[in-house]
Amino acid sequence: MAVPKSLQAPLQLKIFSNGFLVIWCILAAFPIVWIAVMSFKTPFDAFSSNPLNVILGPNTRANGNGLSLADLIIGTGLACLLIYGALKWLPRQIARFAPQGMPLFGWLIGVLVYGIFTLILYFAVLPNVMDVLNPLLGLLGQDIVGVTTEHYRAVWIDRNFTRNFGNSMMVTAGVVTISLTVGTLAGYGLARYGTDLAFWLLIIALIFRALPHSVLMAGYLPVFIWSSEILSPILGDAAPTLYGKPWAVIIVLVSINQPFTIWMLRSFFHNIPAELDEAARVDGCSHFQAFRRVIMPVMWPGVITAGLFSFLLAYNDFLVTSLLLDGQNMTMVPAIAGMFNRETTASDEVQAIAAAVSITAPLFVLVLVFQRQIVSGLTAGAVKG
Amino acid sequence: MFLMLIFIAAPLVTVFWNSFHITKPIYKQVEVETCTPGFLKTTCVTSFRQLPVLNAQGKVTTETFFVGLDSYRNVLELDRLQVALARWDLNAVNNINFWKALRFTLVFTILTMPLVIGMGLLISLAVNGTVHLIKGPVIFISLLPFIITPVIGALAIRWLFVGDGILTAGLEAFLQRDISMFAQGWTIEILMYIYRVWHVAPFAFVVFYAGLQSVNQDIMESAVIDGANRWQRLRYITIPHLMPLIIFVMLIHLMDAYRVFEEVIGFSSQAYVISLQWLTYDFLMPDEAGTRAISRASASSILTLIGIVILLIFPLRRAWRDRRGSA
Repeated sequence: MAVPKSLQAPLQLKIFSNGFLVIWCILAAFPIVWIAVMSFKTPFDAFSSNPLNVILGPNTRANGNGLSLADLIIGTGLACLLIYGALKWLPRQIARFAPQGMPLFGWLIGVLVYGIFTLILYFAVLPNVMDVLNPLLGLLGQDIVGVTTEHYRAVWIDRNFTRNFGNSMMVTAGVVTISLTVGTLAGYGLARYGTDLAFWLLIIALIFRALPHSVLMAGYLPVFIWSSEILSPILGDAAPTLYGKPWAVIIVLVSINQPFTIWMLRSFFHNIPAELDEAARVDGCSHFQAFRRVIMPVMWPGVITAGLFSFLLAYNDFLVTSLLLDGQNMTMVPAIAGMFNRETTASDEVQAIAAAVSITAPLFVLVLVFQRQIVSGLTAGAVKG
Repeated sequence: MFLMLIFIAAPLVTVFWNSFHITKPIYKQVEVETCTPGFLKTTCVTSFRQLPVLNAQGKVTTETFFVGLDSYRNVLELDRLQVALARWDLNAVNNINFWKALRFTLVFTILTMPLVIGMGLLISLAVNGTVHLIKGPVIFISLLPFIITPVIGALAIRWLFVGDGILTAGLEAFLQRDISMFAQGWTIEILMYIYRVWHVAPFAFVVFYAGLQSVNQDIMESAVIDGANRWQRLRYITIPHLMPLIIFVMLIHLMDAYRVFEEVIGFSSQAYVISLQWLTYDFLMPDEAGTRAISRASASSILTLIGIVILLIFPLRRAWRDRRGSA
C-alpha cells in the first residue's frame, strides 16, 4: 500500500520514531539477552559491575574455559548452516520420508533427530576438532571470550532439574489436551446452536480473568488436602489424596482457563461458514462425520492459537503449582524460586540464572515458530470483545 | 457446562464458608509427671501440657466452629488501624499487612495503567511508520517480554540490579552515590513498576497496532486537505478510532495489575512490599508448624474479591447496557 506523499512523515519525525523503536527493542530484549550471557560465566564474572567483564568473562577464561575467535567464527558459520538446513532441507526430507497422512508424526521425529544431531555436533564433535585446530591457528586460536556450561550441567544433572522439566511437561500437556478437547467441542456447539449463552460465556471468561487465582486456590486447597477423606465414602480405601499430584494442578488450571478457551474457539468457529457443514450433511455425513471430516481440517489455526494460550498459562504458572505440589513434584518455575531463595553461594545464583534461561528457551522457540498465531490470538480477543 | 459450574462455583462457596469458620485440633490439658533420677531421691516435676486429642484411628480430631467475622477481624486488624488513624500515623497504617498490601495493589494498578497505554501507543505508532522490512523482527522482539514467564522476567530485571549488578553500577557512576536497590521499599516498588510496564506494553502495542491497520485512509486525506496537522490528525482521528481498544487494554490491565503477585516473588520483596494476592498466598502456605491458615486466607480472598467487584462493576455494567441496547 503506497502512502500518499502528503501523509508521509517529515525526516525529523522519522528519525525520532525509528530511534525510539531501536531504544524499545534494546529495552525489550536486553534483560533476556543479558541473563543468557550471565549464565555462561563464573559467578565472579556474572556479577561483575563492569559490563565488558560480563561479556568477555576474564575470570571464566582464566579457569580454562574459553572460546577463541576461530571457535566463534566456525561456530557461528555452523549455526547459520544448521538454521538454513532446518528451514530448507528438513521440510523436504520430512515430506519425503514421513508416512502418508501423518505429517505431524514426521515433523516430530524429524525435529527430534535434527536436535540430537545439533547437540552431538556442538558438544561432542566441535570441541574435539577445535582442540586440535586452535594451537595451529596462532593468534586466531587464542581464547578471547570466557564461556562455561558448568552451571547448566549442575542444574540439569546434579540438581535433577530434568524431573522438574518432566513435571512441567506433564502438567502443560495435560492442560493443553484437556482444555482443547473440551474447548473445541463446546466452542463448536456454542457457535452453531447457542444464542444467548455466548454473552454469558464472555462474562464468565472475563470474571475468571479478573479473579485472582489465590481466591480460587483458597477454595480448592482444603478440598484437595482432605480429598481422600471426602472421596472415601465413594471410592473406599483406594481414595487418593489429590494434593501433591500433577492431576490436581491440571484440574485447577483447566478450570481456570476453560471459559477463555471456549470463548476464543467459539468466536473462531463462528467465522467458519455454517454452509460448510450443511453441505456435508446434505452429502450424507452424520453430525459427527461432518465435524470430523469437514470442520477439523479447517479448524487448526484457531485450535493452535487457543492451545498456545493454554500452554502459556500452564507453563508460566507459579501460584497454583507452588501451592498444590510438594517438593518432589515441583514444576520448573516454583523449583527455581526455591533455588534462588536459598542463595547460599554466588554459584547457586548463577545456577538459578542458568535454570531461568533453560525455562525461557522453549518460549523463545515458541515465539519464533508461532509469532503469527500469538499476534492473531491477542488481537482477536480485542477486536471482538 | 455443568462441570464448569461446579469448578467455578464450588470453590467460591467453600471460600465463603471457610471464611466464617475455623478448624483447629482439639487440645486437652494433661497432667504430666516427669521424673529425673537424682541423688538420693528422684526429682519429679508435674506440669500441664496441651496435647491434641486423638480419635480411634489415631488421627488428630479437629472441630470446626462458626467464628463469624473473627477471621476478617484478624486479617483487617481494625483495632490497630483505629489506633493508627487516631494518631494520624500513616506509617503505622502501612505496617499492618492487609492495608499495606491494599495500598500497594491500588497504587500499582493506577500508576502502571497510563504508562502501559502510553508505551503501547508510542511503539505501535512508531512501528506503523517504519519500513515494512523491519516490522517482523521488531514485533518478534517486542513479544519476548510479554511471553516470558512472569517470575523469570522479574528475576531477570532483579539480576540486573542486585548487589552491584551492572545497572546499579551504572546508576552509581551517573549519580555519584552509593545505591542499593533492594534495601528499601520504594526502590523495589519502582523496579516493580518498570518491570510491569516492560511486561505488558507489548500486549498493548500488538492490540493497538492491529487497530492502526484499519484507520480509514480517506478520512486521513480529507483531514490533510482541511489543513489538520500531524498532531491534530492523531488527536482527532487516530485516537478516537483506537478508543474501544484502549478501553479494552485498560480493562485487561486493570484485572491483571490487581492480581499483582509474581513481582513479589521475583523480587523477594516480602519484607517491604506485598500485594493482596500475595497475602492470601502467604496464608495458604504452610508455616513452620505446617499449618495453613485457611480461614484467614479465605477471609482475605473474600476481601480481595470485593475489591475486584468494586473495580469491575462499572465496565461490566456498561457491557450489560450495550447489550441491552443492541438486542
